[in-house]
Amino acid sequence: MCLGVPGRVITVDGMIATVDFWGVKKHVRLDVIDEPVGPGDYVLNHVGYAIRRIPPEDIAETLALYDELLGDVRADGDLMAADVRGELAGVAGPADRSPGDG
Amino acid sequence: MADAAVTEMRFRDPVRARALAARLGELVAGAGRQISVMHVCGSHEQAIARYGLRASFPADLEVIMGPGCPVCVTDLPEIDEAVALARAGVRVATYGDMLKVPGTAMSLADAQTEGARIDVVYSVAQAVELARATTDEIVFFASGFETTAVATAAVLVAGPPPNFSVLSAHKYIPPVMEIVAEMPGARVEGFLAAGHAATITGAAVFEQFAARHRRPVVVAGFEPLDILAALVALVELVVTGDARAINCYPRCVAREGNKVAQALLWKVFRPIGGRWRGIAHVPSGNLRLRDEFAHVDARRRFTIDVEALWRMAPPALVEHCVCGDIMAGIAAPRDCTLFGRACTPETPVGACMVSSEGTCRIWHQYGGHPDLVAIGRAAPAPEVP
Ligand code: SF4
Ligand code: SF4
Repeated sequence: MCLGVPGRVITVDGMIATVDFWGVKKHVRLDVIDEPVGPGDYVLNHVGYAIRRIPPEDIAETLALYDELLGDVRADGDLMAADVRGELAGVAGPADRSPGDG
Repeated sequence: MADAAVTEMRFRDPVRARALAARLGELVAGAGRQISVMHVCGSHEQAIARYGLRASFPADLEVIMGPGCPVCVTDLPEIDEAVALARAGVRVATYGDMLKVPGTAMSLADAQTEGARIDVVYSVAQAVELARATTDEIVFFASGFETTAVATAAVLVAGPPPNFSVLSAHKYIPPVMEIVAEMPGARVEGFLAAGHAATITGAAVFEQFAARHRRPVVVAGFEPLDILAALVALVELVVTGDARAINCYPRCVAREGNKVAQALLWKVFRPIGGRWRGIAHVPSGNLRLRDEFAHVDARRRFTIDVEALWRMAPPALVEHCVCGDIMAGIAAPRDCTLFGRACTPETPVGACMVSSEGTCRIWHQYGGHPDLVAIGRAAPAPEVP
């Protein structure tokens, strides 16, 4: 439940951002982030909500762990990798979007 | 995506890892005694286990997992409330982690087997969506620390549909650190603070904490080198008796934290004292909905009859579970007679075996405690001078 996963913002529409996670596009809510974000920004996501805009100078570093985790062939039986996958699969799906939501 | 060279340099660079491990070894050897520190984050335990970091820790350094998993610390009566609601015919939506956590008489998964409607959601926003699509009452059984509670708060502030309410089992980390720091028998000399929870609270709360309890705190990230570097910083503070808080995870944690999230959190929740599983009473450790949100508070909306559940015999095995001591840092899974026998991830007896962040589950997954591997502990590590 507790992992934060970084992703790249593609578009922002009110309180909902479309975010790219390793090629998977998902909607993420922006209600709790403390800085304005726009396309190209990286955000840290937690249970479908962006909780932090990642400073540009730290992006490569932050992404590297996830690249490594997701690329790990032994990852299937791995709890942490499984959690990252769960976050990626689960991050606010299209159903999260509804009129008047943001 | 990320530059491969950067990845190599920063995360897998064995030279840096070895240098950090060596420094850790020097520091602990210099202290000439055993040093015990605690991390309060399930993701730290995962990383330590996953990357086999314990094998590179000096033998005299004990890194204990504290109450760092919100699933593990959800107490029996809280599960009972959710189970009672579900058995009374209310649809309960919750995070998948909560399904198998044992309550007094049964888990939500057991209730589901009996016919109760449980909806597993990834996000609280999804639970709201569910409520919009139906006229059924949907109760979101909300667990998780401040990181997760802000999402719940956001949904309630935005105005959910009238058939949506929240049963809050949210917990707030800083108070439990106060308890653990002062617990008799606890030997914790310093803390690695949970990186993602600190994203919300900020690093500053730990400055006061460190001064108050005369114990250093280091906010740490989740990469292997993050953890090693944070441990070096923490052990250095411990051996020099410098009770400060240091932020070793600035890319995700600001000193003041996330102000928007904090405002949402405290608008919706008030901290109350209450039980954490295994830790008994934690003042201000539980987050409950404020009066202004009474209309969306499942505890006020429904009559929750947990006593009916309590009249059912509790599963006898739970008595042997030492989860509480594990989360307080005074026992390890190997101290539990059920570990790996009666209690496995498929048949969990205690909460620590349920969550992917639970200590028992992690140890089980990775084939036992890495520092049980005698070679890793006993043989002098050749790379470390
Ligand atoms: S990241 Fe936060 S929620 Fe997740 S294990 Fe660590 S403290 Fe708990
Ligand atoms: S092994 Fe199972 S029963 Fe024993 S402490 Fe861990 S969760 Fe509890």
